[in-house]
Amino acid sequence: MSVDSALFHSALLALTPILLAALGGAICERAGVFNIGLEGMMLVGCFSGVAGSWFTGSAWLGVAFAALASAAYSMILAVGTIRLRGDAVVLGVALNLLAVGLTGFLLRTVFGVQGTFSDPELAGLGGIDIPFVGPVLSGHSALVYLSWAAVAVAAVFLARHPWGLRLRGVGEAPDAAATLGVSPAKYQYAAVLTSGVLCGLAGAQLALGNVTLFSENMTAGRGWIAVVAVMLGRALPLGVLLAGLLFGIAEAVGFRLQGLGMPQQATDAAPYVVTLVALFLSTARRRRRKSPPSPASPPSPVGEPA
Amino acid sequence: MAVETQSPGTLGALGARVLRAPALHSVVAAVLVGALFLIGTGADPIGAYGSVVSGALGPDGIGSTLTTGTSIIGLAVALAIPMRAGLLNLGGDGQLVLGGIAAAATGLYSPLPAPLTVVAALLAGMAAGGAYAALAAVCQNRFGVPLLVSSLLLGYPAMSFASYLARFPLKEEGSSLPQTRRLPDGVELPAFGASTVTVGLVLVAVAAAVYLFADARTAAGYEVRMTGLNPRFAAYAGVDRPKLTLRLMALSGAVAGLVGAIGVLSFPYRFIDGSLTAAGHTWTGLTAALLAAAAPIGTALAALFFAALEVGGLAMERTTEVPRELTQVLQAVVIVFLAARLNLTWRRARKKPADTHDAKEVSVR
Repeated sequence: MSVDSALFHSALLALTPILLAALGGAICERAGVFNIGLEGMMLVGCFSGVAGSWFTGSAWLGVAFAALASAAYSMILAVGTIRLRGDAVVLGVALNLLAVGLTGFLLRTVFGVQGTFSDPELAGLGGIDIPFVGPVLSGHSALVYLSWAAVAVAAVFLARHPWGLRLRGVGEAPDAAATLGVSPAKYQYAAVLTSGVLCGLAGAQLALGNVTLFSENMTAGRGWIAVVAVMLGRALPLGVLLAGLLFGIAEAVGFRLQGLGMPQQATDAAPYVVTLVALFLSTARRRRRKSPPSPASPPSPVGEPA
Repeated sequence: MAVETQSPGTLGALGARVLRAPALHSVVAAVLVGALFLIGTGADPIGAYGSVVSGALGPDGIGSTLTTGTSIIGLAVALAIPMRAGLLNLGGDGQLVLGGIAAAATGLYSPLPAPLTVVAALLAGMAAGGAYAALAAVCQNRFGVPLLVSSLLLGYPAMSFASYLARFPLKEEGSSLPQTRRLPDGVELPAFGASTVTVGLVLVAVAAAVYLFADARTAAGYEVRMTGLNPRFAAYAGVDRPKLTLRLMALSGAVAGLVGAIGVLSFPYRFIDGSLTAAGHTWTGLTAALLAAAAPIGTALAALFFAALEVGGLAMERTTEVPRELTQVLQAVVIVFLAARLNLTWRRARKKPADTHDAKEVSVR
C-alpha cells in the first residue's frame, strides 16, 4: 500500500463529520451535559440537509436547514436533562432511536422512497480549490475548512473567553457558578444548542459533502465514534481533533486495503478496533500517572467505581 | 413498574398504582404524538391504530407477534439484567450475532445426533455471546474503558467477524447470498403446530422466569438491585463491583447469544448475514428494558408490547399506507417522555440529592 495524498484526502473526508459532532459533544461535556445523542442529531442533520437542498435547490440553504433542524432536535435533550432533570444517557439513546424512525418515516412520506433518496438534480456541496496548498488540503467542501476553524475557535473560546471559562465552571461546579451569579441552565442550554448546530453541519457534510444522497441510518455509528472521540480527547478541542484524525486515518487505510484485496469485513471493523485500543492506551497511561510511584501501593477499596 | 414490585396490596391499590405509573402515561402520550403524525400525513388515526391492533393481535398476526416477540423479549431480558445494577450493555447486536454464528457452526459440523446437536448449538450460542460480553466487562474492569463504550465498540468487530464467516468459510457453495448452508435435517427448534412460533419462545420465557425469580427471591438478585439503587451503599455493604459487572455482562451476553441461536435454529434454519440485526430488535429490547426500569415482568410485557407494535405496524402499512417507521417513532417517544419525567429510580438514586444543577451522568466515566 502506498501512502499518498489521496489517502490523506479521504482521511480528512472521513474525519470531518466526526470532528464536527465531537466538537459539539465536547462543548456539552464541558458544560456538564453528557450528550450521547450525537448520532441521532447527525442523522437529523443528514435528512434535513438533503430535504433543504432538494426543496430550495441550494446546497447552502440545505446546510442552514440542517443546522436549524438539528438544533431544534437537540432541544429535546436540553429540556429533558436541564429543565426536567431527566437522565442524559436514556434520553440520548432515545434521541438516536427516534432519529432513525423519524428520518425513515419522513423519507417515505416526503420523498416517497424507501432506503435511499438520491437524484442527479440534488445539489451537493462542491469542493473549493485552494491554490498552493497541495492536493491533501485542497478541494474539500467549505464545511471541511469550517470544521478546522471551529476547532480553533472552540479551543480559544474554552481556554480564554470569559464565557468559555464560565461554561467550564458550570460544568465543574454548578453550585459555585450559581452563587457567582452565572446561570448554569443558560450555559447548558447554549452548549446543547451549539452541539445541535454542529451535529447538523456534520450531517450536512455527510449527506451533501461526502456523498449527495440520504439513506436510512447513513450515520452508521459515526455519532458513537464522536462520543468516543470526546472521551479520548478529554473534551478538549485539540484532543478531539486528534482522536477524530485517528479514526479518519483508520477508515481511509481500511478502505485502501480493501482495494488491495483485504476482506471488507476486516477493514470495516478496523476503525472501531483502533479506537478501542487507543482508549485502552490513553486510560492506562492516565492511570499510571495517577497511581503513586511505589509499587506497594494498597489496592483501591473494594467496590469503588473504577 | 417502579423498582418495588413486591407488596402488591389489594387489587384496587394495584389498579391505582398502574394508573399512576409513569410508563403508562408515557405510552398514552406517545400514542397522542403518533396521532398527530398520522393527521399530519393525512391518515385517519383511529383507522390506522385499529389496523395496528387487529394486525398484531388478530388471528393472522398473533403468531407473527409471538415470533417477533421471542427475539425482542429475549433481548430485552438480556439487556435488563445488567441494567438492573445500573450498567448499560450497548453491544447486544454483536453478542446476538456471535451467538447465531456459533450456533450455525455447531449445527453444521456437530457429529452428535440431531436433538443433541440442537442443545449443543444453543449452548454454543450462549457461550459465544456470554464470553464476548464478558470481554466488554474486562475492558471496563481492567482498562477503565466505560462499559457503555466498550460494549458498543466491541459490537462492530463482532458483526464484521460473523459477516466474514458467513461470506467465506461457512458460505453455502454456489449461492449468491451471504449465508451458510441450511442446517441438517432435524437440527431445528420444533414449532407449535403449523405456526412459526417455536420452542424458542418457551426458552425465552424460561429465561425471563429465571430472571424474575433471581431478582425477587435470591440474595444475588438483591445485591444487583441494591447496586442499581445506590452503588455507594452497595460498595460499603461489600459488593465487589468489578466481579458483579463481569458476571452480569456474561449472563446478559449469554441470553443475547441464546436469542441469536434461536434465530438460526428457526426458519430459515441458517445464518444469513445481517438478518439477525436487520430488524433492530436489540435497540427495541433495550427500549423495553428502559421503559420498565429493568423490572422483570415489566420488561417482558414492554417487549411484548413493542413486538405487537412492530407487527401491527406492518399491517398498518399494508392497509393504510402509513409507513411502518411510525411505530419506531412511537417507541422512541415513549422513552423520551419517560426519561424526561425522571421516574427512573434506579438511576436517580445514584445522583447526589443536593446537586440540583448537575445533569451529569456519573456512571460513564
